[in-house]
Amino acid sequence: MMQKVLVYDGSFEGFLSAVFKVYEEKIEHVDIQRETSVQPSFFGNTEEIISNKKHADRVWNGLKKKLTSYGRNQLYYAFLSEMNSVENVLLDYIRQVFASSDTIEKDFSNLTVLKVSKITRSVGREKHRMEAFVRFKLTKDGLYFSNVEPDFNVLPLIAKHFKSRYADQKWVIYDIKRNYGLHYNLDTVETIVMDFPKEFDFTKTSGDFFAEEELAFQELWQNYFKSTNIESRKNMLLHVRHVPKRYWRYLSEKQP
Amino acid sequence: MSFERIKEKLNILADAAKYDVSCSSSGSNRTNKNKGLGDATGMGICHTYTEDGRCVSLLKILLTNHCIFDCAYCVTRKSNDIKRAAFKVQEVVDLTINFYRRNYIEGLFLSSGIFKNADYTMERLVSVAKKLRLEENFNGYIHLKSIPGASDELMREAGLYADRLSVNIEIPTREGLKRLAPDKNREDFIKPMKKVKNEIIQYKAEKKIIKSTPKYAPAGQSTQMIIGASGENDYQIMTASNFFYKKFNLKRVYYSGYVPISYDSRLPQIGSEVPMLRENRLYQTDWLMRFYGFHVHEIVNETHQHLDLDIDPKLSWALRNIHEFPVDVNRADNGMLARVPGLGMTSVYKILHARKFRQLNWEHLKRLGVALNRAKYFIICNSNDFERRDLEPEKIKGFILQNSKSKFRQATSNQLNLFG
Ligand code: SF4
Repeated sequence: MMQKVLVYDGSFEGFLSAVFKVYEEKIEHVDIQRETSVQPSFFGNTEEIISNKKHADRVWNGLKKKLTSYGRNQLYYAFLSEMNSVENVLLDYIRQVFASSDTIEKDFSNLTVLKVSKITRSVGREKHRMEAFVRFKLTKDGLYFSNVEPDFNVLPLIAKHFKSRYADQKWVIYDIKRNYGLHYNLDTVETIVMDFPKEFDFTKTSGDFFAEEELAFQELWQNYFKSTNIESRKNMLLHVRHVPKRYWRYLSEKQP
Repeated sequence: MSFERIKEKLNILADAAKYDVSCSSSGSNRTNKNKGLGDATGMGICHTYTEDGRCVSLLKILLTNHCIFDCAYCVTRKSNDIKRAAFKVQEVVDLTINFYRRNYIEGLFLSSGIFKNADYTMERLVSVAKKLRLEENFNGYIHLKSIPGASDELMREAGLYADRLSVNIEIPTREGLKRLAPDKNREDFIKPMKKVKNEIIQYKAEKKIIKSTPKYAPAGQSTQMIIGASGENDYQIMTASNFFYKKFNLKRVYYSGYVPISYDSRLPQIGSEVPMLRENRLYQTDWLMRFYGFHVHEIVNETHQHLDLDIDPKLSWALRNIHEFPVDVNRADNGMLARVPGLGMTSVYKILHARKFRQLNWEHLKRLGVALNRAKYFIICNSNDFERRDLEPEKIKGFILQNSKSKFRQATSNQLNLFG
């Protein structure tokens, strides 16, 4: 049997549009792929999916009847993992959801449900870590700026948290791996794409861009971090488990 | 703001506050008001961890390390020859706000040595919190340490601005306290605790009638006990802890393995080891009491006064009560499931859901993430293979220890390890 490859634009809406296509055309053997990570295939025939809000909504509304918000969150979180071929796991999940008369979202003895819940958990952990590890630096124009490189695409998941917490300051959280960010303008949170000057070093706090007192506060924070450590209880293994090294680059307390 | 001066004070006053182990910033429900700064709803966030592995979620400092008392176990004690410093109220406010805006912290934990007298000190702590709330429109988390002996009136005010109040009992027994902290007496701790408890009850009752009643210490109160400074056993410690939970509705009791800081002959000498594993076992016991439905005397009692160091308290309980097992995972209620070694609350939750779909067997349980290497001796499921056939508790313990060595080596951590 020929396998069909559906290529979509990487958005959630695009993914749901692909699912719609699968159902509409009753495609059995299918491989859904993001356009940025298409694997060339000699045996399948490839079709490009154009994001279609109506189609996406149809699928989503259908899911709403079969899944509680818990189950829909599982789907969405897992999708944001951007893991290789996660689309096909999710398609499998969706197929089982539609095929079953019960709500399967909490059947943890079901392999697919379990797989999705595991991926979701990893994404949830990354979300939580970003809420913890974002370090804002005050720029010369009074904007609190932060750059991050999360393992998964969690910006959509943290917007609300930062909006309700920092309601009275302008801020940007920028994902430099995926090249987009969130900008809060004291009113709404918008998605933005920024161009950074060539000489902009994300690990430094250059006086060209950042406020005069910024470095001083970072230094106070570093000092604080050092003074709270109890030498006789030092346990770097535990420390690194909680603050994995890949995050250190942008943590002010970890700067030399 | 002179950064150099502040830096020096911060080094001294953070250093002196670090032995207080309370760090949690959860349990409040203060939402952002009028587009102010901050929000203290939901779970607290650990923004970083110290190199000794403890969570940093609050700016934890003393207002001053001047103190008129001389408690033997405390670095701030009068007779200790150390550098002294004191923050101005406004300095603490500025630090808190600027750290918070940069997402370094969830809020402030403010404690203090006693300068002049209890009320004078408490009044200053309260005015920091008051400034943060009223002038800075700050909705982040504030934890104030009550000064033993502070007046009822100040305790009432403190609770209006703080999310949590605590007063550290430090030494679990009356006799130990007398020996190590001659200036303090137990009643001075109890009185503010009682006051806060009563205020919380009263404000809650009023809130039901009048919606606009302000929040009073929404995250409740907590206390801390130092472990291994004054020779009490685990039974005494957990009994004291249970007493505070019951009597004053405490939200948390913290256990802090004593870090030797003085050559005082009443105390363990400098260089003696911090009892971290014991501390971990006490936290585990505390969890079993608060979340797993255990009564304190099931775990420690007259005949079992010391927690085992080689196995966790739940396993220890199970081995002493082997007649309660095996438990049928497809039938048992959640209370009994939670008592099975190897089953944490997450596993219990998953089992309860999954077994609605089918009878669970070993394969299913493994997939759910159950720690079968321990659980298998205590459960039966939909399968004919039984791992446990009338084994002696000692044998089971031997098997479990054998194949979980690495895990126990890790247990020297002072953060809570999830245990099954
Ligand atoms: S009263 Fe508090 S600060 Fe003063 S010595 Fe005793 S424990 Fe330390």
